[in-house]
Amino acid sequence: MSSQSAALPRSAGARFWKELLFQIVCIAILAGALLILALLLTSVVVDGLSRLGWEFLTGYPSRFPERAGVLPAVVGTLYVMLLTAFFSFPVGVGAAIYLEEYAEKGGFGLGWFSRLIDINIANLAGVPSIIYGLLGLAIFVRFMALGRSLLAGALTLALLVLPVIIIGCREALRTVPDSIREASYALGATRWQTIRHQVLPMALSGILTSTILGLSRAIGETAPLITIGAITYVAFVPDSLLSPFTVLPIQIFNWVSRPQAGFHANAAAAIAVLLPMLILMNAIAILLRNRYQKRHSQ
Amino acid sequence: MKLPADVVSKKNGKHTIQPLSDPKIEAKDLDFFYSEKKALSDVTITIPSNRVTGLIGPSGCGKSTFLRCLNRMNDIIPGTRVQGKILLDGQDIYAPDMDVVQLRCRVGMVFQKSNPFPKSIYDNVAYGLRVNGWKDRREIEAKVEQSLRHAAIWEEVKDRLKSSALDLSGGQQQRLCIARALAIQPEVLLMDEPASALDPIATARIEDLIQELKKDYTIVIVTHNMQQAARVSDFTAFFYLGQIIEFDRTEVIFTNPRQQRTEDYVTGRFG
Ligand SMILES: Nc1ncnc2c1ncn2[C@@H]1O[C@H](COP(=O)(O)OP(=O)(O)OP(=O)(O)O)[C@@H](O)[C@H]1O
Ligand SMILES: [Mg+2]
Repeated sequence: MSSQSAALPRSAGARFWKELLFQIVCIAILAGALLILALLLTSVVVDGLSRLGWEFLTGYPSRFPERAGVLPAVVGTLYVMLLTAFFSFPVGVGAAIYLEEYAEKGGFGLGWFSRLIDINIANLAGVPSIIYGLLGLAIFVRFMALGRSLLAGALTLALLVLPVIIIGCREALRTVPDSIREASYALGATRWQTIRHQVLPMALSGILTSTILGLSRAIGETAPLITIGAITYVAFVPDSLLSPFTVLPIQIFNWVSRPQAGFHANAAAAIAVLLPMLILMNAIAILLRNRYQKRHSQ
Repeated sequence: MKLPADVVSKKNGKHTIQPLSDPKIEAKDLDFFYSEKKALSDVTITIPSNRVTGLIGPSGCGKSTFLRCLNRMNDIIPGTRVQGKILLDGQDIYAPDMDVVQLRCRVGMVFQKSNPFPKSIYDNVAYGLRVNGWKDRREIEAKVEQSLRHAAIWEEVKDRLKSSALDLSGGQQQRLCIARALAIQPEVLLMDEPASALDPIATARIEDLIQELKKDYTIVIVTHNMQQAARVSDFTAFFYLGQIIEFDRTEVIFTNPRQQRTEDYVTGRFG
């Protein structure tokens, strides 16, 4: 015992210092990232502070920077997000369930077909967003004659986030161990009962997280919406699925490209509005996840 | 132990199992493949009704694989293939018109690794009832209690039925899985090393339970514990490298086996 305790302090000391050094490096990297973020945020808030206020939030676009507001863009962003979620969530989750729970396990004898789909989805997730814009322009705006509407925009963004959602949901379904599926089947549950009562509840937090992360990717997209022709000067709040619309990133993009300094302040203020919306969405994702994780491990 | 007449006869050097008066499951020339790997070859066995049949053999010899063929649990592993026949009450369970869900209600299973659902203890047992269409809450409650009592775990969990099954100890989880399987009242109960995580007291209770259950159920049990196999099973099959080397009444297997390899295994000289 005594010989051991004599040997112990030295090696433990070396390990202690290494451990501490590693922690310091990690904290430094984290602090660096946070610092850059904080700098960006303060510069945005400082630039936009003069414009931030109730009038800015409830105002409509204008030729005069000091009178311009973001109401149509904020409402447009919210509508587009809700619609995008409405279209992409059921389709994405459904596709993920099919690919993970039916096709993988040899269902319907379409193994090669689902492998083909598989590869395509992985590729689609990497396609530049502007391509989705062109697709949306050709299909939704022109072919389906939806025009430059809210609906066309939401459908385009739904296409854009679908691969992300499908991949994330499949990942979530894959975390459910097969032993749980086997246990359920062994009790005489059908495949659907097994998915409905065991697999989905266990995967739910992952499914919700990946959906919301996919949507928060969509919220920041400008290119596909500009491609389908979302306009920047919308002097009203969209009132139907077929109304023209604009969203915050487009509004920001538009203001930044104006020569007047007043519009640059507006752009900064609009960024300061967009960021909390993003943070809110991510916070909801985390809340949902925690809630279902708790419920589920009860 | 009162046993039916000798069921094994020797025919041109090969042990053939004669049909029993009351066979529950008959496997005929069963081959099983995991993709390319052959895990069972030429397995022929008759599992008698209302008896306990033990499966013994060294690790990796295909006991679990065979057990999982009996309720088609291997179906869900991609790339597996079955040749030959398994008859349950004379009906081919691999026939195209077989209802697999129905089959699994008739042939219940306790897995080698305990796998409770991440739900409450109560819901773990009630799940099988609910998916099989039980609606009445009181009936479900009564059945849950009865099953938990049967599996010798009621006293330990009766005050915390609503707490998570994952908080139970390993042995308790295994008994919960047994209770869960009993709840849906299968005709055949497949048990893959049900006592491997249990203390001697719980093991004894499970063994008693098995003796009691065999009045109503046909039981197939995999075990690595020779004493246990000798204690609980009426018939014993010795598996080796995916084949059945010998199948006979338990006392014959343990006291007077025909095959040298069986004798070596049961006496602990290899395996
Ligand atoms: N899912 C699988 N995929 C591929 N091979 C498998 C799979 N499961 C089992 N095997 C192989 O099949 C053979 C038989 O396995 P099995 O699980 O039936 O053995 P066992 O007799 O139950 O062993 P143990 O006593 O250790 O549980 C082993 O060689 C194993 O490696
Ligand atoms: Mg096994």
